[in-house]
Amino acid sequence: MNYLSEARILELEEIARQIRVESIRIIHRRGSGHPGGALSAAEIIAVLFFDKMKHDPTNPQWEDRDRFFLSKGHASAALYVALAKTGYFPAEDLLNWGELNCHLQGHPDRVKTPGVEMSAGPLGHGLAVGAGVAMAARMNKKRCRTYVMLGDGEMQAGIIWEAANVASKYHLANLVAILDYNDVQLDGSVHDIMPLEPLADKWRAFNWHVIEINGHNIRQVRDALDLAEEVHSQPTIIIAHTTKGKGVSYMENSSKWHGAVPTAEQLDIAMRELNEAGGAK
Amino acid sequence: MSEMPQREAYGRALAEYGDVNKKIVVLDADTSSSTLTHFFGSRFPERFFNVGIAEPCLVDFGVGLSLGGFIPFVNAFAAFLSLRAVEQVRTCVAYAETNVKLVGHYAGLSDFKDGPTHNCVMDLAVMRAMPNMTVIVPADNNEIVNWLPVIAEHQGPLYFRMSRDKSLPVHPADVKPEIGKSIWIREGSDVTLISNGAMLGRSVQAAELLAEKKISAGVLEIHTLKPLDVDAICLAAARTGAIVTAEEHTIIGALGGAVAEILAENCPVPLERVGIKDRFPVTSKGADLLMDHMGLRVLDVVAAAEKALRRKER
Ligand SMILES: Cc1ncc(C[n+]2csc(CCOP(=O)(O)OP(=O)(O)O)c2C)c(N)n1
Ligand SMILES: [Mg+2]
Repeated sequence: MNYLSEARILELEEIARQIRVESIRIIHRRGSGHPGGALSAAEIIAVLFFDKMKHDPTNPQWEDRDRFFLSKGHASAALYVALAKTGYFPAEDLLNWGELNCHLQGHPDRVKTPGVEMSAGPLGHGLAVGAGVAMAARMNKKRCRTYVMLGDGEMQAGIIWEAANVASKYHLANLVAILDYNDVQLDGSVHDIMPLEPLADKWRAFNWHVIEINGHNIRQVRDALDLAEEVHSQPTIIIAHTTKGKGVSYMENSSKWHGAVPTAEQLDIAMRELNEAGGAK
Repeated sequence: MSEMPQREAYGRALAEYGDVNKKIVVLDADTSSSTLTHFFGSRFPERFFNVGIAEPCLVDFGVGLSLGGFIPFVNAFAAFLSLRAVEQVRTCVAYAETNVKLVGHYAGLSDFKDGPTHNCVMDLAVMRAMPNMTVIVPADNNEIVNWLPVIAEHQGPLYFRMSRDKSLPVHPADVKPEIGKSIWIREGSDVTLISNGAMLGRSVQAAELLAEKKISAGVLEIHTLKPLDVDAICLAAARTGAIVTAEEHTIIGALGGAVAEILAENCPVPLERVGIKDRFPVTSKGADLLMDHMGLRVLDVVAAAEKALRRKER
């Protein structure tokens, strides 16, 4: 565990900004995608891929790698940008997203895209799959860790709670769930569509270790991931309070931007608000 | 009407029908702004239930409402309704013979941009395998709107399958669909194109192209996959001696599979099946583009008809 310097924090903040910029650009270019949930996850994905996780983009099958599962697979844009930026595949591939012959699918595809651990899209699979992977790592005596990013709407799926039982029964301390708690889902606010609170208490009742953070604060994200390694008998969930559409004023906290595509003018505004010098390009 | 996406035609008609039949309740799983059941939801908030992203619970909650005397329209993406909630459907709807109307949205390849996980090309095979289930695939908006009262008044389990987008219009505004009764769209003497859903319009276009080649192709719409109109299929076989099926689904287990079973057992004639050939789709930039890519072109129907004809003549 190394201390995050102020300079390093600035670097990771810049990477998160770039993830936002590129995610919006490729969604605009493809004419489809899910900007809101990609933007809310930017810092978490930046810290995992560019700082915390042990992984080797030149060897995606490296046995000792940490695993990341994007259970809320519709945020694929942010994952694809991170995978391209770390070198799993050429950045040009991002420009072909959505073409019939491109390996990048609407949702992550483990067969086609290097670096994608599991195909996703239908919500709810990541935690149970992650628990299985964490169990396999224990049986194989590997020290790698398994990270699963969940959506808060996704938390309404029963299988999430089935997996929560399994992970706590087997004391999967090498499993970390990260909840992107942006309080927005497809149809509206999570607290209107299907309230989740008291959420931290629910996870504690399921025998999980719970850490609550601001998911846009790089230091808090890193600290929480470090802290989870100090827990030795329970799985950990990091409840990351976030803003859906973070960084683009008209997208923030709006279910309209769950799966909408910005127009050319809206793209321009987004680039300006994200301090992207080159503009929309 | 034909300019609207299917989901909008359905969503608006359902909201209007809510006034006619007060027993209708509508359920959705966080997709009401996609399925457009929110039209019903905003008009009848006390008869609308959004259960969140929880399709198995959605189905069983609907089952409970039906036990209480209501007529639940249970809406979700077809991929999740027919696959994630399949055991709920099997046990608590089909086996228990409850009066639940399952409505699968974004079916076939119509959710082209979300990709293979959201495309749904096996729902009809799943639903057709269930005893007691009525399975309906409307072709266009006029048909959808006119199905609504029929579905609502039908007693028992039912699956209704729709596209995300608009399809080629085939029917007049006053079409009167009946469960289990197929519709002759066009008469023909050389070959019969049997189709449903978004492929019906493409099959009509194929028949026109075939006519230019002096091939007389009939078009038969089998909108009800179950119970199947066996008589119409046998009549088509007797009349034309060659059959093509065309569907936006895997060729396994739905229209092509069902027609193959009927022909083999009753009236064997050459059959060619146009549909998805046992492979997963890919992500695309357009629904028509993806249908073409997956082997559902008008020209694929034409080629299949010519092949069936050659086999007949041998
Ligand atoms: C099982 C299932 N049902 C429905 C959907 C359609 N869908 C895609 S994203 C979404 C909302 C997700 O909300 P949330 O989990 O809060 O994600 P985020 O806010 O992080 O984007 C829905 C309903 C789906 N992908 N899977
Ligand atoms: Mg959310």
